[in-house]
Amino acid sequence: MNDAFGRPQSVVVLGGGSDIAGAILDLLIAGRCRRVVLAGRSSTSLAAAARRAQVGGADDVQTVSFDASDPTGAGVVVGRCFDLLDGQVDLVLCAVGVLGDQETDEVDPAAVAHRIAVNFGWPAAALAAVAERLRVAGSGRIVVLSSVAGMRVRRANFVYGSTKAGLDGFAQGLGEALRGSGVELHIVRPGFVHTKMTAGRPPAPFAVSPEAVAEAVVRGITNRRREIWVPSALQAIYLVARNLPAGLWRLVRQ
Amino acid sequence: MVRLLSGWGRTAPSSAEVVRPEGVRALNGLLVDQHSREWPTDHPSIHNDRDDPPRMIPRGLGRSYGDAAQCAGGRVIDTSELNYVGPVNPQTGVVEVGGGARLEHLMRRALLTGWFVPAVPGTRHVTVGGAIAADVHGKNHHRDGSFGQHIVTLTLVTPTGRHRISPTIDPELFWATVGGMGLTGVVTSARIQLVTVATPWMAVATERFGALDEVMAAMTDAEQRYSVAWLDCTTPSRHRGRSVMTLGDHVPADEVPPSLRDARPAGRSSAFGMPFVPPVRLVRSRLLQASNAQRYWRTPRRRSTTIEAWWPFFFPLDGIANWNRLYGPAGFVQYQFAVGNDRGDVLHQAVSQVAAADLPCTLAVLKRLGAADPGLLSFPMDGWTLALDFPVGPPALPNLLDRLDGLVADAGGRVYLAKDGRLRPDVLGRMYPRLAELAAVRRRVDPRGVVQSDLSRRLGLEAGRS
Repeated sequence: MNDAFGRPQSVVVLGGGSDIAGAILDLLIAGRCRRVVLAGRSSTSLAAAARRAQVGGADDVQTVSFDASDPTGAGVVVGRCFDLLDGQVDLVLCAVGVLGDQETDEVDPAAVAHRIAVNFGWPAAALAAVAERLRVAGSGRIVVLSSVAGMRVRRANFVYGSTKAGLDGFAQGLGEALRGSGVELHIVRPGFVHTKMTAGRPPAPFAVSPEAVAEAVVRGITNRRREIWVPSALQAIYLVARNLPAGLWRLVRQ
Repeated sequence: MVRLLSGWGRTAPSSAEVVRPEGVRALNGLLVDQHSREWPTDHPSIHNDRDDPPRMIPRGLGRSYGDAAQCAGGRVIDTSELNYVGPVNPQTGVVEVGGGARLEHLMRRALLTGWFVPAVPGTRHVTVGGAIAADVHGKNHHRDGSFGQHIVTLTLVTPTGRHRISPTIDPELFWATVGGMGLTGVVTSARIQLVTVATPWMAVATERFGALDEVMAAMTDAEQRYSVAWLDCTTPSRHRGRSVMTLGDHVPADEVPPSLRDARPAGRSSAFGMPFVPPVRLVRSRLLQASNAQRYWRTPRRRSTTIEAWWPFFFPLDGIANWNRLYGPAGFVQYQFAVGNDRGDVLHQAVSQVAAADLPCTLAVLKRLGAADPGLLSFPMDGWTLALDFPVGPPALPNLLDRLDGLVADAGGRVYLAKDGRLRPDVLGRMYPRLAELAAVRRRVDPRGVVQSDLSRRLGLEAGRS
């Protein structure tokens, strides 16, 4: 069960190889979390994340591998994760996503379809399955990693940005649908985060580390914040950015 | 009806189907196990598993601070219809009351004929069943013991049926139920031994102290029946431990001042209430510092005695209805622990660690406790108890309380489960070493493990039970 500070005892991570997910999981394990299921693309980073969770102090760490390019399989994957924890899941962290390469993706229809499937289709289908199970359980927390990239989509990464915009909207609606069910949904909107996904790219202003995102997420869960912006200044900045005329937005950010 | 429930601290809500049986027969139908029956329900979780009965926990007035009276995805039994309050036997002072009866109603009824409940908590908005489940204590625990020590017999409905129990009839089940946080079943009625009081008036003495040791010494020396001290934990370090002690006794008939002889203090409902949950926390550090300083300096340095009505003396928490909402959407926690008489050092450490971490401790209350009763999960133990309220939010708070758990457990003390929403399973066993006995009793009266709460699941009391 989640405690009074929102500290879970059992956690499912979708996208378990993600650096941000790893940093969040570190803090959850330092709190109350003892049982973890990491689901992700079968890779060395998933295995490394599992080792990291064990070293961090989790008693029971299991992994599930899946292919995020097939959203129709998301429900089955979520089912397996829940079964591995005997249905007792306190928190689900959804950190599935790839950045891609804007320049080649935007002219390749197959790549666009794939990015949408991985970044939006699979996570949304999985969240629907998670929400239904937690609703039945009568309590739980869902943390969805969105991005400010979806808050005002830029020319320079509109394939990625539009998938996050879609996921963000889905999560907002799902959070509303879960009101009164005992399940709370938190949407995390980080700016540029220094991770292996963004390695080699020039950092944007307000760049943060995965650890900073993790701290903000844990604080947001404790304070029951529905939207968690990292750093928090981005909330005000995007309030303006979202309403800038296109001409001005073009000048500000490319 | 499926409802979202939380404790008085408004943390960790969960949804459950709330049912309100209208009497013992209806309750039996809900709880008592009959083989191969169907369990009709509204909650979606239960349709998945028709073979198993839903998890259930009783709930009274929801004054436990944490997750004791909620059952995520299961069923919560609202006991408010079991509210019978019988006449007090004028010879013996024994009264029969329903498990869902409010302490307030019982006290008013009893006072009409000069009787009083010998152990009452800081709010009168608790049920008799809840008072038994938490084995509540009052400001007179060092003299009169806890609520459970005044129960003559009680009737408990468990999945295996009705049990009429007492300290001599099935004492194992009785002492698993007293203090047992509702985990053995539903208390449907109890016979309680009251005490006589001459008048409804209290002689209340107050005095302020500059240091924790001084107030502890004064409380130890006090001869009054009731004693409590309020600590100011929001002051700069040079004032740390400053406190206000309140002592009380029932006023004998011949000492009531003439002006009060014909007056009759009736328990009044709260004058003010917080009508909604504000979007931000209204309890702020600065505000608190100011009001604490005012409270301290207003109290005379030399002991002064006044005559007061009984209810504001016993129920300081009932002044503002729904005051828990002042803490805003994130809610608040209370950390209440007990340590032995020789472990005053733990009290000092707790107060100084809270101050060092600069945490906004909104309320700190110190009381003396007398000998423990045999309740397996009962909180009171010979020594001291300190209760500390904090808003949820400061990032340092969760880890600080975890560290205090360690100090308290190492000192042989314990944390009060009726206030708890955050204790760890591994620390629980160090504070309450008789968990195996509790599990054995629960297996006997509830072999299928039907009675469960969010608290029992969080604390690992259900692991390996099923």
